[in-house]
Amino acid sequence: MQQVQSTKWMTHGEAGLTLFFTVAAFLCAFAAAKALDAPFAFHASLAAVASGAAAFAILNRYFDRPAELPPQEINGKPNYNLGPIKFASFMAMFWGIAGFTVGLLIACQLAWPWLNFDLPWTSFGRLRPLHTSAVIFAFGGNVLIATSFYVVQRTCRARLAGDLAPWFVVLGYNFFILVAGTGYLLGVTQSKEYAEPEWYSDLWLTIVWVVYLLVFLVTVIKRKEPHIFVANWFYLAFIVTIAVLHLGNNPALPVSVFGSKSYVAWGGVQDAMFQWWYGHNAVGFFLTAGFLAIMYYFIPKRAERPIYSYRLSIIHFWALIFLYIWAGPHHLHYTALPDWAQTLGMTFSIMLWMPSWGGMINGLMTLSGAWDKLRTDPVLRMLVVSVAFYGMSTFEGPMMSIKVVNSLSHYTDWTIGHVHSGALGWVGFVSFGALYCLVPWLWGRKQLYSLKLVNWHFWISTIGIVLYISAMWVSGILQGLMWRAYTSLGFLEYSFIETVEAMHPFYIIRAAGGALFLIGSLIMAYNLWMTVRVGEVEVTTPLALQPAE
Amino acid sequence: MSFWTRHQIFEKNSIILIAGILVVIAIGGLVEITPLFYLKSTIEVVDGVRPYTPLELAGRNIYVREGCYLCHSQMIRPLRDEVERYGHFSLAAESMYDHPFQWGSKRTGPDLARVGAKYSDEWHVTHLTNPRAIVPQSVMPGYPFLAKTELDPETIADHLRTNRAVGVPYTDEQIANAVADLKAQADPDNAGTDALTKRYPKAVIRNFDGKGGAPSEMDALVAYLQMLGTLVDFKLYNEKANLR
Repeated sequence: MQQVQSTKWMTHGEAGLTLFFTVAAFLCAFAAAKALDAPFAFHASLAAVASGAAAFAILNRYFDRPAELPPQEINGKPNYNLGPIKFASFMAMFWGIAGFTVGLLIACQLAWPWLNFDLPWTSFGRLRPLHTSAVIFAFGGNVLIATSFYVVQRTCRARLAGDLAPWFVVLGYNFFILVAGTGYLLGVTQSKEYAEPEWYSDLWLTIVWVVYLLVFLVTVIKRKEPHIFVANWFYLAFIVTIAVLHLGNNPALPVSVFGSKSYVAWGGVQDAMFQWWYGHNAVGFFLTAGFLAIMYYFIPKRAERPIYSYRLSIIHFWALIFLYIWAGPHHLHYTALPDWAQTLGMTFSIMLWMPSWGGMINGLMTLSGAWDKLRTDPVLRMLVVSVAFYGMSTFEGPMMSIKVVNSLSHYTDWTIGHVHSGALGWVGFVSFGALYCLVPWLWGRKQLYSLKLVNWHFWISTIGIVLYISAMWVSGILQGLMWRAYTSLGFLEYSFIETVEAMHPFYIIRAAGGALFLIGSLIMAYNLWMTVRVGEVEVTTPLALQPAE
Repeated sequence: MSFWTRHQIFEKNSIILIAGILVVIAIGGLVEITPLFYLKSTIEVVDGVRPYTPLELAGRNIYVREGCYLCHSQMIRPLRDEVERYGHFSLAAESMYDHPFQWGSKRTGPDLARVGAKYSDEWHVTHLTNPRAIVPQSVMPGYPFLAKTELDPETIADHLRTNRAVGVPYTDEQIANAVADLKAQADPDNAGTDALTKRYPKAVIRNFDGKGGAPSEMDALVAYLQMLGTLVDFKLYNEKANLR
């Protein structure tokens, strides 16, 4: 350990992490040399370079920093740590645009299959996980990390725990995305839906996620407020449950520690149940609980009204997390999964409608007395419409989980439409709203560069969503009905390929909807960029507002 | 003390809150997942299902690598139209050696659970290379690179061994002969074909890609597709015995 001044010492974290990354760099370089397949060699080299860069960055930061670490408080006010949040917000926007672009490409591939180019790296089967992971885990994940780090500091009136740890979380998480995403293109996948990353990406994510939990939890523990704010319950449930799901679904045995291929521990029907227990709760806890936390902080903040009902939020919280976990088997109706499990899944999915709408009511009614703001504030409008979409898809979901409905909807585009009304309408819009709030706060700007552009973003994206989901409803129900259509003589009326042909116009409409959504996000990126670049600087540092209860 | 006051213990104590969350989220998963490992009725008792041959396993790994499950299901539901279109509904036993399962969730293309022996090898090779050469309206990507890529047979024994470690009952003999079996299945003139059929009943031995030389990825994938759903003889299968 080097000593620059008599009082300047490396912290345990700095020394430990430098050592960790130095060792990791050598181990990864060794693994790259011994690699059995090209993608593994590429990923191991990438990890070696990244580890070396991380060790260097930590040392460099140590030499540049003053002897004292940043104080917890300045003049009695918490000294909030915003750097990692700025990074995660930037990455969220970046991955969002990347993910929407790949989504548009694969939508076009279904309409015009020559766009697959007959190459391994550009075929639908490899790009589709890239799309889903980029939007869910890269875009959504960075939004969740950014907002959770912001909200937990503000509502606890405490600086984020750890000095390097928050940076480890945001950088490590994005490195996971990079390895997983490039892996899909190279054919490295477990082919378990939404859990495609292979064993080494999964291991790395586990480490990052545990640190994420610790940073969040220790910040909550050192809070200055007696109560833990509602949003933080949801964030905590999201972080803890995702950890449990990730560990439950992904245990796998690699063929060799120097190769990318592994075989998952579970097989057949048990693997199916584990997968959809995971898959549905990636929806339930990643895309719902985490984003409900955003709703519970950003809507009251933006509307400047307290949350409608504190008691409703207590019921909402416990009922939601208890019921969601049971819903997985509705993805396996009429399959070889035993009937008792299917029935349980359906029953709990229908019950789930109630807490979901309880949450929606709590979010929407927070606007009581402030509805007029919807006319003047397009950011608030985006947040509120996201909750409306949440309400719509959490009605549609329970309906589709009813077995007879599912017998029609399953395997069709209706599922894709349902997912996107939730993903574009709810998760997308609530994230956009949160980022529109967050960027001026983080960079100390008085307001956004242009509310008019937000308005354009809102309408273009909304039209895009409507085109997307209505095209998928029609194509899904149409195809489901065509599959089961009989002639008067009792023969199946349509061959499979006739039902594929019938999808063509709807695939074009869907791609058009996706293109509009992408254009909206480009407008947003420009607006946020200009906010940071030329936005008017806020003169007084605002005090943390009392969190709404 | 009212309920709302009692609830403050969670609101004021982060560790108790985390413990509460863990208990509440554990229940559903435990109830739905654990019985699948011990209830005997979960997986039917049926003759014919065996672990994949080395070549089929290599083909399955290509199926997994290319993300075929995103457009093709392997799970026929017991509905009239599906049974008429695809064949007998899928049994849990038929995917019991699948790590991971590939039941899928979307049918942009048709179900493949019983595609085996439905089309000729030549059909598959042409179709995989250029789907629109056979089905003009198809939206499937072409996979011309499969026929041009040689399989690496040498590592296949490690794959069998790993499968055994996660519960697939490969025997020592099957693992010891894995490389030879892989080569034999794509080459009907190979001396090892009889031994292969003995180790893997119903294994189809053909030059799947129609080309000479070392087995290609096309050989492996077609071998896998041609065995899908063919292991159970439904003329002999007693449905009543597995009613649940």
